[in-house]
Amino acid sequence: MDLLTIKNVHKTYRLDRIKVPALTAINLHVRSECFTVLSGASGSGKTTLLNLIGGLDTPDQGEIVLDGSPLGSLSDDECADFRLRHIGFIFQNFNLLPVLTAYENVEYPLLLTRAPAAARKARVQDLLEAVGLTQHAAHLPGQLSGGQRQRVAIARALVVAPKLVLADEPTANLDSHTGDTIIALMRRMQRDCKASFVFSSHDPKVLAEADDAVFLSDGRIVEIKRNNEVAR
Amino acid sequence: MNTLTLALRNLMRNRRRSLATLFAMMIGGICILLFGGYIRNIVYGLQTGYVRGGGHLQLQHRDYALYGSGDPTAYGIADYARVMDAIKRDPVLAPMLTVVTPVLSFGGIAGNFDAGASRTVMAIGVVVDDQNAMARWNDYGFPGKPDVMALTGSGPNAAVIGSGVARVLQLCAPLHLADCPPPKIEAASIGTALPGDVSALAAADVAPVASRTDQAQIELLAATTSGAPNVARLHVIEAQMQGVKEFDDVYVGMHLPQAQRLLYGSRMPQVTAIVLQLHHTDQIPQATARLEQLLKTTFHGLPLAVNDFRELNPYYGQTLGLFNAIFGFIAILIISIVLFTVGNTMNAAVVERTVEIGTLRAIGLRRSGIRALFVSEGLLLGALGAAAGLAAALILAAIINHSGLTWTPPGRVTPVGLHLRVWGETGLLLGTAFVMLTVATVSAWWPARRAARLAVVESLRHV
Repeated sequence: MDLLTIKNVHKTYRLDRIKVPALTAINLHVRSECFTVLSGASGSGKTTLLNLIGGLDTPDQGEIVLDGSPLGSLSDDECADFRLRHIGFIFQNFNLLPVLTAYENVEYPLLLTRAPAAARKARVQDLLEAVGLTQHAAHLPGQLSGGQRQRVAIARALVVAPKLVLADEPTANLDSHTGDTIIALMRRMQRDCKASFVFSSHDPKVLAEADDAVFLSDGRIVEIKRNNEVAR
Repeated sequence: MNTLTLALRNLMRNRRRSLATLFAMMIGGICILLFGGYIRNIVYGLQTGYVRGGGHLQLQHRDYALYGSGDPTAYGIADYARVMDAIKRDPVLAPMLTVVTPVLSFGGIAGNFDAGASRTVMAIGVVVDDQNAMARWNDYGFPGKPDVMALTGSGPNAAVIGSGVARVLQLCAPLHLADCPPPKIEAASIGTALPGDVSALAAADVAPVASRTDQAQIELLAATTSGAPNVARLHVIEAQMQGVKEFDDVYVGMHLPQAQRLLYGSRMPQVTAIVLQLHHTDQIPQATARLEQLLKTTFHGLPLAVNDFRELNPYYGQTLGLFNAIFGFIAILIISIVLFTVGNTMNAAVVERTVEIGTLRAIGLRRSGIRALFVSEGLLLGALGAAAGLAAALILAAIINHSGLTWTPPGRVTPVGLHLRVWGETGLLLGTAFVMLTVATVSAWWPARRAARLAVVESLRHV
């Protein structure tokens, strides 16, 4: 069953007077509870596509339907609410709020949903335990290693139990060993939480973990491999 | 973790910048409060002086203000004893009153026959005990004992004159008035000098005119109700500096019965005003309304009007207006500085935290949430700045008030302690705090709006 449908999406950026096509005629189906990787060289349009899927940007043409909701029809506030409840984000640079502890960073999206205090506490503690950071709950991001920060970011992305988690090059700023650990963790969390993960990455190890792999080049989809074809 | 907590933590991130902003706000708050406290003290001092001297309200002939100074006897209150009695017994007015007393003001010519000097004066006849009671009014808690009238316990023909009157009438020596040299008599510029024995004889005849008698006396000439001149010989017991030179040069104070005898002789005596002093200045509207009601009922037919001390002393309102204008100018200046300081701080915060703004928006915070976050930071800066400013101003005011510094306020001739009324001035304190809070919040609003309008993708890309 498809969680996400992308129909004929085009996106062009303007650099002064020059139009730079970022995405051209993108058509894609992302299955539920799958680990999907967008792969391609730098400038191929991976991040642009992730931004459009996450409702952070709008396509010039085409439609993106997530869990039955066409994102283009949502107002700015509705889109923010939609992101809050249905989409989790993991960034290359972790993007944790530096003034909040690990616990508070994970808790923050739940505060926005006005979840009850007891439910918040239980959910945050569960997730911190799942990512192995119970002992570091009171630490500020500045007191954590890169791998630990990304674990906090993973917990934050999953805290509202979203149907879709978007991760933009999540291992790019980590060393190889930590990157492997983070990929394994995300894979485990994806299965445990029954969420769909969409990555942008050109890391072969990430591709090896993918259920589906989408290859982009110059803003176009050049190939799609389904059902863990890459690993096989 | 609510928005305010997050805002507070964000302020703590760049402590040096936040402290610099707070310091600027604190200085602004101190300036506004100390200057406001200084003005309050001047205004209360002026008000206290006027209320002690002329009460809060005066009942006068309705045309006295226009024509009375030229012919006071024609604009007097004939039945003043009945009017005063009715006022004192009135159940609405009585609880508000401290003193009800008659006064008689008139113009005349005061002369010192022995010195061959005279001048026009403004005389006022008063009930001394009532005036002493009025001088005890101290609603604003000024330090020091109230002045007792020099006429207290004096004989019926006693008088007190302004030092300017004493100088012109050459009464400085018998009244032991300091800084009051006798007038220089210029030598004739034409002709030969007088022989030595003749000039010595002339000098002996002119110089010590005032010392011929132990008592300083003046003759006061005034027009009676019939227009005929009448003269009273008054024993001057003291010359007092009256603060304002124009008044000091014409003032003659005397007992009311003596003044009435001079103007009315054996006829029914009158007064030019009935003075009412209230417990508190804010009772003026209520007392005025009641008096106007009485004028239409109990005193129907009497040509009287009610004036409060502000109408009788336009200088008070002018001083108030001047100080308010200066205060307003300074306040606007300080508010502008605070506005730009906080705005600059918030703008810098928006630039530094652009990626964070993008992250928050991506997570699901609405634009309004971003706006609320930055406005809250401005609000907190305002609250902390106002609190620090208030505390510092109170401490500084206390130090200055106990430092022994003195100054001579307008309308006074002697220096008084420099007192800044900040403590207890709830309106001033809350007003300043409110203005600082508002200014800080408003100055944070534009940067907050800018932050909220940032494109999420652009924010996340920001380096």
